[in-house]
Amino acid sequence: MDVFLQQCVNAISLGGIYALLALGLAVVFSIVRLINFAHGEVMTIAGYAIWLALLSSVPVAAAIIMGIAVAMLASIAMERVAFRAMRGASVTSLLITSFAVSEIIKVLFQNGISARPVPIVLPAWMSGSLNFGFLTISVMSVTSILVVVISLIALTLILTRTTLGVAMRAAAEDFPVVRIVGIKANHVVALAFAISGVLAGVAAVLWVAQRGSVDPLMGAAPVLKAFIATVLGGLGSLSGAVLGGFVVGIVEVFLQGYLPESVAPYREAISLSIIIGLLVLRPDGLRPAPNVNRS
Amino acid sequence: MLSVEGLAVRYGPIEAVRGIGFKVERGKVFALLGANGAGKSSTLAAIAGLVKPATGRIDYDGRPVNGLPPETLSRAGIGLVPEGRRIFASLTVAENLWLGGAAHNTKGERQQLQHEMEERFPILRERIRQKAGLLSGGEQQMLAIARALMTKPKLLLLDEPSLGLAPQMVEKVFDLIASLRKEGLTILLVEQNVPMSLEIADWGIVLANGRIAVEGSGADLLRNSGVANAYLAA
Repeated sequence: MDVFLQQCVNAISLGGIYALLALGLAVVFSIVRLINFAHGEVMTIAGYAIWLALLSSVPVAAAIIMGIAVAMLASIAMERVAFRAMRGASVTSLLITSFAVSEIIKVLFQNGISARPVPIVLPAWMSGSLNFGFLTISVMSVTSILVVVISLIALTLILTRTTLGVAMRAAAEDFPVVRIVGIKANHVVALAFAISGVLAGVAAVLWVAQRGSVDPLMGAAPVLKAFIATVLGGLGSLSGAVLGGFVVGIVEVFLQGYLPESVAPYREAISLSIIIGLLVLRPDGLRPAPNVNRS
Repeated sequence: MLSVEGLAVRYGPIEAVRGIGFKVERGKVFALLGANGAGKSSTLAAIAGLVKPATGRIDYDGRPVNGLPPETLSRAGIGLVPEGRRIFASLTVAENLWLGGAAHNTKGERQQLQHEMEERFPILRERIRQKAGLLSGGEQQMLAIARALMTKPKLLLLDEPSLGLAPQMVEKVFDLIASLRKEGLTILLVEQNVPMSLEIADWGIVLANGRIAVEGSGADLLRNSGVANAYLAA
């Protein structure tokens, strides 16, 4: 029983990280129709920023904030440099652009720092665990869950209480009309990338804290999972991305925990099969985007 | 207030508008009529900045504005009520109005304006917290107009505001246009309902195949409605 509960906590904590990343992909996709595969590199950039800050003996809290801020700026910069010129291009062209950005950043880290992981040492209490009698939960898992919840609440407030946030939701539905009422397209797009960057930064902090190292390919695997999560949730749907992220995380953790030794190598294949099965049942995703997709 | 010269709009090889010119005078209602596909909506889209004209010149308030982005034109006072209403269905009525007034007003002015809109359109007040997608067609049209008015336009472009509405609602929309004109707003109206448009229009033109076929004062066109109808039936 207690093992099961611990697995639940792990599943929610991993699912939460996927949810944050998936949300970042969905926020951008809903507005500019870009599936940003360089999103993982935003995460990697945040990881290296934290590493560099800690190396320069910046206090942990400040290093974390710096990591998130750098992720936000990196995401905004990506849009300015690479994606703005491609605005309005086909989904395929945008996708290939994002692959290019992703590859360039990976190579820069591989050649500029190291292809091998660099260690990040966080304070001991972060890797400790809490004891609830029969149940032992790692501090990191609890922190992850809390951070994910706070991020989701903050994002909801931005999307419902600020003009640009409301404009972002409107832009997901009909961008030209948002411009017709005088709201600057560039501001809406920049906010989407900023939010996406912050979410990737927060995910990076949680990821790095659990793994204790950064490498040039750090963001690639989780963002692929997050992409699967956005498709599962319904591409472009924000609540779908969150739900999809949790489903992907939960499936992954429980397969890892309960699959017999002999089939364990096929874990990823089995988890993808389950997701394909869900998509067969719900081809538009678990919570399809309300988008009407006018021309 | 608005002057269009030699305007052409192309979508790839298709020429939707082929060199038309007209002038909209301040405080007047100008009707742009024509059958489906005659180039009316493309003309409005070019004026509002949604499509870049292939050739031609658009002057607004004495300045050339062709090719400017829609947000700049909106800030300059050109308001568009797009064809098919295009309200933000997943947002509440209040949020739709909020976005309308966001770029043009301080927060206080925006709230004041929203209040005025609720007075003007009581139906919107009743449904202010509902999702706009749940409104009826006529209510959505009122919302689309209210959203455009929130931008404090000097020139209002109305694209088929009566399309698909019940006769009673059509009546309401035209009453509204008449009262906006009385308040001094300049209106460029695109319509398929020819008789009602000509009744309130000071001047009208009829487009056919992207060109001006007939033009004249609303009263004249109404009298010679046979001429206009010949083009509209196309």
